[in-house]
Amino acid sequence: MFDQQSLAVIFVSLMALSTLLYVILDGYDLGVGMLLPIEKKEHADTMIASIGPFWDANETWLVFAVGLLLIAFPAAYNLILKALYLPSVVMLIGLILRGVAFDFRAKAAVSHRKTWDKTFKAGSFIAALSQGYILGIYVTGFEQSWMATCFAIMSAFGVACAYMLIGACWLVMKTNGELQQTAIKYAQRCVAITFIGVVLVSGLNLWVNPEVYEKWFTWPYGLFLLPIPMVCCIAFFLCFNVLRHLKKMPEHGSGLPFFITVFIFTLSFFGLSFSFFPDIVPNQLTIWQSVAAPESLNFILWGAFIVVPTILAYTIYSYRVFWGKADELNYY
Amino acid sequence: MLETEMLSRIQFALNISFHILFPTITIALCWFLVFFKVRYDQTQHPVWMRAYRFWVKVFALTFALGVVSGITMSFQFGTNWPGYMEKVGNIAGPLLGYEVLTAFFLEATFLGIMLFGMKKVSAKVHTFATIVVAIGTTLSAFWILSLNSWMHTPTGFEIRDGVVFPVDWFAVIFNPSFPYRFFHMMIASGLTASFLVAGLSAYRLLLGDEKQAPKLTLKVGLTVAVILAPLQAFVGDLHGLNTFEHQPQKVAAMEGAWETGTNAPLLLFAIPDEETRTNSYELGIPNLASWILTHKADGEIKGLNDFIDNHPPVKPVFYGFRVMVGMGLLMILVAWLARFQLYKQQKVSKGLLKVLVWMSFSGWIATLAGWYVTEIGRQPYLVSGILTVKEAVTDIAAENVVISLTMYVVVYLCLLVAYLHTIFLLAKRAVKVEEFENEELTNVTSPYREDEWENNHV
Repeated sequence: MFDQQSLAVIFVSLMALSTLLYVILDGYDLGVGMLLPIEKKEHADTMIASIGPFWDANETWLVFAVGLLLIAFPAAYNLILKALYLPSVVMLIGLILRGVAFDFRAKAAVSHRKTWDKTFKAGSFIAALSQGYILGIYVTGFEQSWMATCFAIMSAFGVACAYMLIGACWLVMKTNGELQQTAIKYAQRCVAITFIGVVLVSGLNLWVNPEVYEKWFTWPYGLFLLPIPMVCCIAFFLCFNVLRHLKKMPEHGSGLPFFITVFIFTLSFFGLSFSFFPDIVPNQLTIWQSVAAPESLNFILWGAFIVVPTILAYTIYSYRVFWGKADELNYY
Repeated sequence: MLETEMLSRIQFALNISFHILFPTITIALCWFLVFFKVRYDQTQHPVWMRAYRFWVKVFALTFALGVVSGITMSFQFGTNWPGYMEKVGNIAGPLLGYEVLTAFFLEATFLGIMLFGMKKVSAKVHTFATIVVAIGTTLSAFWILSLNSWMHTPTGFEIRDGVVFPVDWFAVIFNPSFPYRFFHMMIASGLTASFLVAGLSAYRLLLGDEKQAPKLTLKVGLTVAVILAPLQAFVGDLHGLNTFEHQPQKVAAMEGAWETGTNAPLLLFAIPDEETRTNSYELGIPNLASWILTHKADGEIKGLNDFIDNHPPVKPVFYGFRVMVGMGLLMILVAWLARFQLYKQQKVSKGLLKVLVWMSFSGWIATLAGWYVTEIGRQPYLVSGILTVKEAVTDIAAENVVISLTMYVVVYLCLLVAYLHTIFLLAKRAVKVEEFENEELTNVTSPYREDEWENNHV
């Protein structure tokens, strides 16, 4: 049995893991949704086929992350969700619309297909933008000022763009021919904008949160933290170059941009998490202050130890089943 | 304008009512799919594959609606009912957590293989994936009904400093009303799915579909309904007895009994009035309520006046109960009549087919009515005897809830219309499809060419 202190760390790590997995996994399928061409039915079909088998499980990581917050840090859960009431409802509406549009488009009358495609695209945008907005509000510690709002709006566009980047890279990996070339073009644009976005958001974050600034630039934290932005810059540069090469030789290493982007997402996520640790609500509540009863956490932890590796195993199995280019898939 | 509490209650009721429609179908429909798939594996007869392919489409659409409408729930606990997690989070949290861990990921991942992987994996693995999804949906119901039952009949806990702590997890999970509620809901799901299967098959037959598949699925649907409909009456009765033991005020509202007394009649109809605390226009069968609940004609039933200010609103519980039972009886009657006709004459008459079409979604009405009885019957408590609804509600501005509620109402109405429209559209399209293609008959594993208008996914 673990004591309350270590349980707080274990659960916040689990939560971080599932949030990161959500951002990567649903990130790419939201990104594909935002890039959906309404007029080119064939491309739209292939794009949707490429995310078909995965989107539902991807979204489950969000439910799990929110569930962990609810289970392990109920005080923080109440505080965060109350402060984010409207943005979270908007996000949910977005997720509802895209989730069902996906299925309806294949089954509704042909004349309605375009409407469902538009719904899918709009839902993806709504969900991505509101997630970015939520992140922005969260980072500023739910401050109510015009500057915080501006920051949140910027963060909304930043996150949407990052999702489009990983979505485009997913398509580069999963498609070929004309669609792949279009995806490369999208990815090139997004990688540049995302880079600027990450730099801006990180800079502003240091500026609005003096505590974060202190953490990054004091011994010995700085020694571990400062390599993160450097490696991140190299990764962006690498991604940009690989995309340029892929334009001429799309057969070799078409999966590389996706994995580099996953790496960038992971680095940025850890950079952000370390900035706030051990706060679960920035500047208001630490994980120690809000952790739930050890009886409950131990009960769920033993299950998690067995189940989470199983989940990862069959998730990997599912990705292996659907490995390869999406247009080779046979649906019915 | 309404207050935050009432608005939050309406919003939660709307969300959960909309949500429950879809799992009610998918939990049991997935076991139908398992049956079709296993029969196909055994016989290699293409008709089972046709049954599977049609119903897997209905399943996929229904499942998607269930998934997206379910996500809102885990948010609303925090946004609208913060007092709930503060007070009983130590119990509710792990149960919800186990639902996500053991059920959600399982069904979501294997659903991908089930819907898209038929040609990517072997037939065995595909059947296995279908079974895993069915187990996943059932497990999900297990955990959520465990938590729901605990809110009605809490056990296995202690209260320290005003917060609930678990003492015995076995007692928490298998609390006194859980087995009844679980089986009652599972059978409700089975009935909802079997009437949908029978109803849509009847619809296809009425449109002139001469193929084997709708005839076969009509038979399967009716056979399941014939068994489950009377079984549900029996299990429902057991559940009622359990409620009588643990929540007598709920049963009093269901029966419309104001005064405690013996020889209570079973009211077929009445208009209960909470102002005067009497019923008007009573029509009842003498002694029957006492007999059902205590197995004695002069058994005592506690009346609502024993629980003044501490019992649920009477009207919705009283009427809801009658809608549920009435629908259940109608289901027994129609299922037995139609199955008997099928047995005697090898087909169901046109009139009865029409009735079946009208009853395609009868399970929804009975299920919702039943849920209203049991959930409104828990009022004024959120968790019986521990936490009232008033104590749990958020303090956010009512305007915010108005905005979110409006968005939900608009989106859900549109989706419900689109769903019903699409379900019947799928049936109409299936009518036009050829019986079997030659290649299906000669080589059952060869891929099947879809018609142009029948889109290639899911």
